[in-house]
Amino acid sequence: MQEQAAYNYQVVRQFAVMTVVWGVVGMLVGVFVAAQLVWPELNFAEWFSYGRLRPLHTNAVIFAFGGCSLFATSYYCVQRTCHVPLFAPKLAAFTFWGWQLVIVLAVITLPLGYTTAKEYAELEWPIDILIALVWVSYAVVFFGTIAKRKTPHIYVANWFFGGYILTIALLHIVNSAEIPVSLTKSYSAYAGVQDAMIQWWYGHNAVGFFLTAGFLGMMYYFVPKQAERPVYSYRLSVVHFWALIFTYMWAGPHHLHYTALPDWTQSVGMIFSLILLAPSWGGMINGIMTMSGAWHKLRDDPILKFMITSLSFYGMATFEGPMMSIKTVNALSHYTDWTIGHVHAGALGWVAFIAIGSTYYLLPRMFGKTEMYSKKAIELHFWIATLGIVLYIASMWIAGVMQGLMWGATNPDGTLTYSFVEGVKASYRFWGIRLLGGAMFLTGMLLMAWNTVMTMRGGRAVNDAPVLAPAAAH
Amino acid sequence: MDINDLRSIITVVSFLTFIGIVCWAWSGRRKTDFDAAALLPLEDDTPLPLHDHTSAGRHSKA
Repeated sequence: MQEQAAYNYQVVRQFAVMTVVWGVVGMLVGVFVAAQLVWPELNFAEWFSYGRLRPLHTNAVIFAFGGCSLFATSYYCVQRTCHVPLFAPKLAAFTFWGWQLVIVLAVITLPLGYTTAKEYAELEWPIDILIALVWVSYAVVFFGTIAKRKTPHIYVANWFFGGYILTIALLHIVNSAEIPVSLTKSYSAYAGVQDAMIQWWYGHNAVGFFLTAGFLGMMYYFVPKQAERPVYSYRLSVVHFWALIFTYMWAGPHHLHYTALPDWTQSVGMIFSLILLAPSWGGMINGIMTMSGAWHKLRDDPILKFMITSLSFYGMATFEGPMMSIKTVNALSHYTDWTIGHVHAGALGWVAFIAIGSTYYLLPRMFGKTEMYSKKAIELHFWIATLGIVLYIASMWIAGVMQGLMWGATNPDGTLTYSFVEGVKASYRFWGIRLLGGAMFLTGMLLMAWNTVMTMRGGRAVNDAPVLAPAAAH
Repeated sequence: MDINDLRSIITVVSFLTFIGIVCWAWSGRRKTDFDAAALLPLEDDTPLPLHDHTSAGRHSKA
């Protein structure tokens, strides 16, 4: 039958290259909105105002940059660990073009002001339908490939990728239930506090499954590959998976502390968020300990540096998250820049770093090379980006705690000590430092883009990587 | 039966299922299977893809 079978590298290559492209675009928008906070004059036209560009930034980095990297790595991992080419290659090609169309539509509609006003789900209903179609096709391709696998086991990375694909389908379809009133305007099918709860059930699980489970799948495949060692504990990875699945779904209410949400629901959200520390750290330890006995490789392998540093930031962010979900801590942190700092510790430190490391692993293989054009540029990228993150999150921590304290301060007679604008004024210098940190992270991404172009030059698009027989069959 | 009883039952059943998974994962019988599964990503290594299609085909049929 499949005498000449080759892995489907085309769709992996397309997504891997677009990961870099959308990474640059999404982070550029991020740097621009950070600059708008320092220089409000930059809000020079309604299409480029902060309120419209901020959702463009979040959508571009999460769904365009992060999404493309997840498509590329999951398609690569599932083929190679199942020892079969992708199921339904035409459908896989549809997921690529469909996903790019979703992103282009986001780039057009968000600056024009079309939005559902649901955070991380701003796109209007026709685009929501397209997302659902692409996502169901993704599930068919992924699970179809697993179904025709040649190995007895389903490798743990595929469990994480599978969990993420199924959950995102569920979250997207439920949260996007809306009543269209015109082609460009719809209203949520839910009302009041139920709408808020469904939105944050979606929002937190977008973090938990899109930005965590998916990228953990990446970690469980690419860290062992780059370190050339099996994962530290396979049984821990199994427990890690099921612990995340059983707990993440319930953590959403911590986004709605001290709101109209019933108090008991807030408490449930807080408790499950605290429990989440255990599986998160289990996963982090499992990833980092994969290096045990091979720590020397970190010294001269910048790709491993990206991966292991990403796990360190994952550990930091998943410690900080449960702490911030405690109601009394949240009373200080909520609505301040501390939240923005926390999100970016996770998004830049964990998600972007593991995606960047995995993409550096993938790209040369997609173009018939053994490594990227410049290893020095990867090393430089790593250090610029790491320093950028440190500046970013440290400035946001300080600004956030300061804002929380200023907003809560009262005089002996019960009046507020500071007006809101005094808090804004005191935040300026930290927003400046954040802009610098973000610009450094973007600079690293531009280096990666240059390195990618140089790697592609003179390379050839590999479409004949032979499908290998599984080891057990030798 | 009140729907809240059902909710409590589901919570308890979920918890017991999870404990069951932990016991299953840590049982000695799983060790060989898990060791084999852990090697899956490392056993898929190709040298750089071959231009020579005849030798590529050699690997493909189980």
